[in-house]
Amino acid sequence: MTAMLEVKNIEVAYGKIVAVKDVSLTVNQGEIVTLIGSNGAGKSTTLRTISGLLKPRKGEITFKGERIDGKPGHTIVSAGICQSPEGRRIFPRMSARENLELGAFLRNDKAGVAADMERVLDLFPHLRERIEQRAGTMSGGEQQMLAVSRALMGAPSLLLLDEPSMGLAPILVEAIFDTIVKIREQGTTILLIEQNAMVALEVADRAYVMESGEVKMSGKASDLKKDEAITKAYLGGH
Amino acid sequence: MAKSAEMQKFKGTPGQIRRQRIERTGAIVISLVLAAWILVNLLKSPQQVAQVAVLGLRNGLLYALIALGYTLVYGIIELINFAHGDLFMLSAIFSSYFITVWFKQDESNPAGWLTFISALFAVMAFGAVINVLIERLAYRRLRNAPRLAPLITAVGMSFLLNFIGLKWNGSTPRQWPSVIPNNDIYIGEVRINMTTILLLLVGVPLLLALNFIVTNTKSGKAMRATAQDKQAAALMGINVNKTIAFTFAIGGAMAGAAGLLYQQSIGTTNYNLGFQLGLIAFTSAVLGGIGNLWGAVVGALLIGLVQGLNDGLPIAFGQQWSQTVVFAILITILVFKPAGLLGKVTTEKV
Ligand SMILES: Nc1ncnc2c1ncn2[C@@H]1O[C@H](COP(=O)(O)OP(=O)(O)OP(=O)(O)O)[C@@H](O)[C@H]1O
Ligand SMILES: [Mg+2]
Repeated sequence: MTAMLEVKNIEVAYGKIVAVKDVSLTVNQGEIVTLIGSNGAGKSTTLRTISGLLKPRKGEITFKGERIDGKPGHTIVSAGICQSPEGRRIFPRMSARENLELGAFLRNDKAGVAADMERVLDLFPHLRERIEQRAGTMSGGEQQMLAVSRALMGAPSLLLLDEPSMGLAPILVEAIFDTIVKIREQGTTILLIEQNAMVALEVADRAYVMESGEVKMSGKASDLKKDEAITKAYLGGH
Repeated sequence: MAKSAEMQKFKGTPGQIRRQRIERTGAIVISLVLAAWILVNLLKSPQQVAQVAVLGLRNGLLYALIALGYTLVYGIIELINFAHGDLFMLSAIFSSYFITVWFKQDESNPAGWLTFISALFAVMAFGAVINVLIERLAYRRLRNAPRLAPLITAVGMSFLLNFIGLKWNGSTPRQWPSVIPNNDIYIGEVRINMTTILLLLVGVPLLLALNFIVTNTKSGKAMRATAQDKQAAALMGINVNKTIAFTFAIGGAMAGAAGLLYQQSIGTTNYNLGFQLGLIAFTSAVLGGIGNLWGAVVGALLIGLVQGLNDGLPIAFGQQWSQTVVFAILITILVFKPAGLLGKVTTEKV
């Protein structure tokens, strides 16, 4: 397997606060990789840095063999990385449809965009009914589905998901993870941040555990699930 | 307590309901006072009311072109671009030089009209380029700074442009010849001069084009997305810097066109024009709900109209009270509707 995304020893700071220090991780073509860890561990910061919203102070990020660290966000999207960010960040004063169209902002293949619109609406039939609604007036769960769909509309080769199950009812959490598996089957590589570590380890191939801005542990998801320290810290402990 | 809250659930909190009631009463009172004032004048001299209304609306359209620049920029980066009025002033001087000095046109003939049309394109490009440069050199660097920093920078930028205007134009007002025909047309008893028609011919298509750009084009979509959430916009693949620069460009182009239209219809330029008209245009944008495009247009037309009526009607405060009347109306409306006429309290933008 070839490494699609390679993050090497990055350090990221907000002013004086160093949120990520010396983090390295790889995502291979076709994998689902999950990033778990306690609150404030630096998971979202790592994803924001990959997407180009933050610049690392040290280290490098390569995607499909090319350096992408320090490049502006829009260049990274055009390279094929889309993100459904933490807190959804949908455009509240636009309709759900306009939000989805914005997800496909860089694409010029009208037919492909229309087909993908159908595809995400099939994944989330609930969105179809609300397609003309102002996104700001949608429920939290609906907005979350919209955020994930919007990222998919970019037809990314690597999809970054920051807590996609946030605020969803249990039944929808299950649905969204089914969707994640389906998306992967359709050929998209996924890097996933998830609070619900148990479910994340269920769907993922590999996992990284972060704590205080560092990767504390990594390995096959199935192994980590059995690891006692992990179970204690993140899975509610048995 | 719980019960009454329950009952009011569908109308909003008690505070909101009170707010709505105040707004409605305020709107009715203001409209009645205005209507009564216009009615009294109408009874006295209907023809004059129509005449000054036309003039007022003409000025309002000019204000609208300038006000859009304030509102566009505020909508996208929440900055009050104090230098915008001065950009309008420089555009007026640029137009004068373009037509009179560089192309030596001082008559209304085909060569003059052709120069006017070229001047329109040139001055719009001039306004766009200067505005983009200002954003690029000053505001962009301060985008993540505390909000006071870009605001002060904008004031400084205004002084800088003012100084350039002073050097370029001289410290006293300058008269320029117009290349617009000075004959009038009559609709009934109401006289409409050529400059008014020209303002309509140029201004209205510009407003419609702007509306089309913002609502229907890809760049417009990028503008609206950037206005709502810059990081999310970047995650969509939108080039945020380019989009903000584009917004400054179209705001500057509008101010450029306004500069030419002003210069050709009023015929005088002065280095402090930016302060006078900029203030009125900014007031229009606030009145309409800053950040809201049509709000700026409505606000500007309203201010132009009220100013026109006040300055020209037999029963009114008269020209020396012009500014006072405008600001009295602004304050009254903002008391009842703090977010402006078309603005939502939740800062509706672009
Ligand atoms: N904009 C910011 N300015 C300053 N500090 C920040 C900012 N964003 C995040 N931080 C800090 O950086 C650290 C890492 O934050 P990050 O959002 O990456 O954590 P996380 O692992 O995603 O946490 P969670 O699971 O709660 O989402 C935290 O200590 C946080 O307070
Ligand atoms: Mg996070």
